[in-house]
Amino acid sequence: MLKDQDRIFTNLYGMHERTLKGAQMRGHWDGTSGLITKGRDWIIQTMKDSGLRGRGGAGFPTGLKWSFMPKESDGRPSYLVINADESEPGTCKDREIMRHDPHTLIEGALIASFAMQAHTCYIYLRGEYIREREALQAAIDECYDKGLLGKNAAGSGWDFDVFLHHGAGAYICGEETALLESLEGKKGMPRMKPPFPAGAGLYGCPTTVNNVESIAVVPTILRRGADWFAGFGRPNNAGTKLFAISGHVNNPCVVEEAMSIPFEELIEKHCGGIRGGWDNLLAVIPGGSSVPCVRGENMRDAIMDFDYLRGELGSGLGTAAVIVMDKQTDIIKAIWRLAKFYKHESCGQCTPCREGTGWMMRVMERLVRGEADLEEIDMLWDVTKQVEGHTICALGDAAAWPIQGLIRNFRDESKTVSRRKKTDVQAGWPRNEAVTRKYDARKSQDDSACLCMCWRFGWLWRKPQRPAGL
Amino acid sequence: MLRRLHSEQPESFAFTPANQTWAEAQLTKFPEGRQASAVIPLLWRAQEQEGWVSKPAIEYIADMLDMAYIRVLEVTSFYFMFQMQPTGSVAHVQVCGTLSCMICGAEDLIAVCKDKIAPKPHMLSADGKFSWEEVECLGACANAPMAQIGKDYFEDLTAVGFAQMLDDLAAGKAVVPGPQNGRYAAEPKSGLTSLTEYDSGKPQYNVSAQLATDIGDSVKRIQGDEVPLLTPWIGKDGVVAGRAAAAQPPKAPDAPKPAAKQAEEAKKAAPAAKAPAKKAPAKKAPAKAAETKAPAKAAAPAKAAPAKPAAEKAAPVADVAEAAPEVLKEARGGLPDDLKLLKGVGPKLEQTLNDLGFFHFDQIAAWGEAEVAWVDSRLTFKGRIKRDGWIDQAAKLAAGDRD
Repeated sequence: MLKDQDRIFTNLYGMHERTLKGAQMRGHWDGTSGLITKGRDWIIQTMKDSGLRGRGGAGFPTGLKWSFMPKESDGRPSYLVINADESEPGTCKDREIMRHDPHTLIEGALIASFAMQAHTCYIYLRGEYIREREALQAAIDECYDKGLLGKNAAGSGWDFDVFLHHGAGAYICGEETALLESLEGKKGMPRMKPPFPAGAGLYGCPTTVNNVESIAVVPTILRRGADWFAGFGRPNNAGTKLFAISGHVNNPCVVEEAMSIPFEELIEKHCGGIRGGWDNLLAVIPGGSSVPCVRGENMRDAIMDFDYLRGELGSGLGTAAVIVMDKQTDIIKAIWRLAKFYKHESCGQCTPCREGTGWMMRVMERLVRGEADLEEIDMLWDVTKQVEGHTICALGDAAAWPIQGLIRNFRDESKTVSRRKKTDVQAGWPRNEAVTRKYDARKSQDDSACLCMCWRFGWLWRKPQRPAGL
Repeated sequence: MLRRLHSEQPESFAFTPANQTWAEAQLTKFPEGRQASAVIPLLWRAQEQEGWVSKPAIEYIADMLDMAYIRVLEVTSFYFMFQMQPTGSVAHVQVCGTLSCMICGAEDLIAVCKDKIAPKPHMLSADGKFSWEEVECLGACANAPMAQIGKDYFEDLTAVGFAQMLDDLAAGKAVVPGPQNGRYAAEPKSGLTSLTEYDSGKPQYNVSAQLATDIGDSVKRIQGDEVPLLTPWIGKDGVVAGRAAAAQPPKAPDAPKPAAKQAEEAKKAAPAAKAPAKKAPAKKAPAKAAETKAPAKAAAPAKAAPAKPAAEKAAPVADVAEAAPEVLKEARGGLPDDLKLLKGVGPKLEQTLNDLGFFHFDQIAAWGEAEVAWVDSRLTFKGRIKRDGWIDQAAKLAAGDRD
């Protein structure tokens, strides 16, 4: 288990002094200007050496991302934008950083901005985090007051401002280009890439968007050295990580642990075990709603890092938001709820996602109610494949994966539900044979996202006429 | 979900003075010309002040940020935190219903809402004090199930405790937000498993609950003085250091303005433009006084000449004064010209012109600015004479050029 002295977020639960003084006592803001005078190249190289992968879900190497920023300004300013729009279901780690350990983030913002030649940093906080906003703003004000921000920030010679901005409840604004759109005062609809934000981001200027946790760990990594950070976890999955465990464990919590910690150890050490014991474990979503779920029995020996979860289990670490479900959970209903979430949050820009999320939700709804035909499971799979990869941003993929995970892992379960309930209500669900035939014929023809599928699936959620007497 | 303006809208909206100061402070966060970036915080502040976002509020903020109304409406309807209909006078309850909360009992909380508040989301309760809705993940999953009431998160809820809390709020009692099952923040309930050495002298509540109790604005309508925005980034010399150190971002593309605004601005710009250029276009005349001065009966085109400079001197707001043009009782020789040859003139408009006393192209060709204004004020389609170029056309037609 990770030792307390190796934890970066030493005030995660807010039990220690929360002021700047308290943060300095815990070692933050220590020699910041010294780190900056070592230069941009040293900072980026150290970040690359540390093996830090972005903590926002995709796991892109942070140092590499920074190196994409232009070394010299072409007449446009550079920006650092911190993505604090934490709204992936299951994820609640950044909230703890921002309200209880905000100085890690602010110091990280200064160093990261310097490394990218940015004089201005915007923190885009989700709108619902109102107290977190107040706490973070108070910390920023305090830093200005003590000269750690503003002109000659922290005595480094670098002029630097941090502005706290917020959204208003749109999950899609966690996608980096949608976030930039939102920050410009528009609807949060993702932009086409390229151009990538490092070329043309906020206000058309070079911009890097980083997750809160990625930025907040930077000062400690630089202070303690890349080797220290790389010493945790398996190769390519370095460092410590905040895990947020929710659902059916005895003690849900947010905790900082070393990467590649076995799932069993994580749950036993910090969460008091699974509710009703390990035999009662049905499924786990290991990385927030966007990754496929994993069957409980496969999860017990799992190693919690990017490569294991993706490679061995076909899932992902995502934001390390672990949602645990025991055998009292209706797994189909659980995934239906996620489908509903994605339908609600689709921005409506791309047709496959705007329409597809609705279709998937409605088919899932039929599965939950036991009104679905067996064939509809395959059809649902087909729809997820039509949505996946055919949209501007990854929300379409994210909506498809949980359902694919369900069908891959719990196909039998879906079948039983679909069968059991069907016999209860018996027949009375006339299928439109003509349309089905057309569907089958077309299926063999093309597998690409077909925007005129509405008519193909129209019969799926048309309310069946109940025969009299039922 | 269909989100549109509510059927009943208030007359007007204005920020309270403190909120206005707060809103203006928000603008200092963004580079020059990029003030549209502040639209979400401002709309949110309007909602905090009023409980929901109304049409006048949208227009007020659009004017403040120099944005088209539709752009602000678009933003309002896109982001789900903006309530587009009135909410409960005490509080709007938002229960998180997404996966982690659902499997931990959010459906029971929703049942409480249905029972105690209203059967449907966004409906006001019978006493008008509450409204509720199910929202998507609020990002406190380790403390599931939870609900947001006003500004605050109430975590680790049970149905019984939640119902009690609603009763307390209705009775005006203060309720402490944060975990409701004895937890401090997001640590394991059974006790710390990490950071044990840092558990010393902790304040009474975690940050969120502490702020809520200290400020005491949990479900209050915000006046603006609760948590002022200090703008420490503006240095003593009035310079934002980081912004001054870097180049300016490229200019924002010009945003189209609402039609009402365009007309207003054109009107403001008109008198200034008129002074140097004598042939400035005649605008629809709001100058009622001038209109009464020019009696319709007295058909004296000569009068137009002195009237023109007088009008220019007269007022910056008033447009060209009107002067009645020469009119005829009937067509000369009973043979009127076919005025329909003019662009935009149909049988209806021809009749109107005949009624006013115009039958011939040469009559129309002889109009000066003052006469145009006179005729214009009598037509239903104002500005048409100029727009469609009647004078030029009529001159050509009068000269016999029928092309």
